[in-house]
Amino acid sequence: MIELYVLLGLMIVGAIIAVEVKNLLSAVVAVGVVGLGLSIIFLLLKAPDVALTQIVVEIAAVILLIRATLHRDIAMKPCGGRPFGGFMAILFLGLAVVAGVLTFQGGLNPFGQPLMTVSRFYPVHAVTGTGATNVVASVILDYRAYDTLGEATVLFTAVIGVLTVMRSRGKKKEEDLQGNNE
Amino acid sequence: MSKEHESGMSVIVRTVTRLTVGLIFLYGIYIILHGHLTPGGGFAGGVIIALSFINLDLAFGGKVSARIFSKGSTGVVEALGAIMFLALALIGLQYGGFFKNFLHPDGQPGQLVSAGIIPLENIAISLKVGAGLFGIFLTLIVLQKFESERKK
Repeated sequence: MIELYVLLGLMIVGAIIAVEVKNLLSAVVAVGVVGLGLSIIFLLLKAPDVALTQIVVEIAAVILLIRATLHRDIAMKPCGGRPFGGFMAILFLGLAVVAGVLTFQGGLNPFGQPLMTVSRFYPVHAVTGTGATNVVASVILDYRAYDTLGEATVLFTAVIGVLTVMRSRGKKKEEDLQGNNE
Repeated sequence: MSKEHESGMSVIVRTVTRLTVGLIFLYGIYIILHGHLTPGGGFAGGVIIALSFINLDLAFGGKVSARIFSKGSTGVVEALGAIMFLALALIGLQYGGFFKNFLHPDGQPGQLVSAGIIPLENIAISLKVGAGLFGIFLTLIVLQKFESERKK
């Protein structure tokens, strides 16, 4: 478990660097370090499905961040201290710590022993019940397909939002696209 | 920076991309079709396919991938994936419930053709995710680029 804590420390350091560093490219690279560490942690915790999705989405997100932010002149102005915002952040962090202490007073189950009994059903019955040898696929696409429908709806809404916000500019630029066609 | 935008990257990157981009695309299809057997599935495979198009775009400049897979067709393919996923859910109503696995006893577990509608749902999700992500990439980056070019 020591490698888990090493990776967690690396992720925390990466996040702090991403917030504090002045250069935008360095910040994006530091965010990529956080995502890569998270992917390796998923792999160490025996969740290859999530690790694969995490690393692939992380690559896409880093490419999007680099391409969308670095080649544009983003007006950066130094912002002064906001005492009210800092006070509220400390207040909410303190509330979260208090709530966590109150919730987990009795101690948590060891890793791999879930609190609810329904999750013991899936590894036993998934292969005969659905025919899929990947238990994760049988859970997200058969037993819990409603959740996947909601996730698909979220992504659909995001894409529609992006296409709608960028709509009027996109029309003008398609003429440009044809004009610049070599 | 802006030179990379117009004409892509160096000849080394272009050659390596030409060799590997088909393999990346094939790996995405493999991840999707084996989603019910091995780790992976529709989401990861769809993102890998979108990344293969993004790879073309980064290496060769913005116009190549937009010519293969235009912004309009990304919207159409994404809507097709969403409709396919919902249709699979609604067909299940005829057999006893929403998302009922109506094709289930159709092969040994572990075979490629097995697990009923799960591979079909994987394909639908991959169409949705891949086309949606690539559409976002095209809208946010490739078409933005032409605006900044025109400004000069």
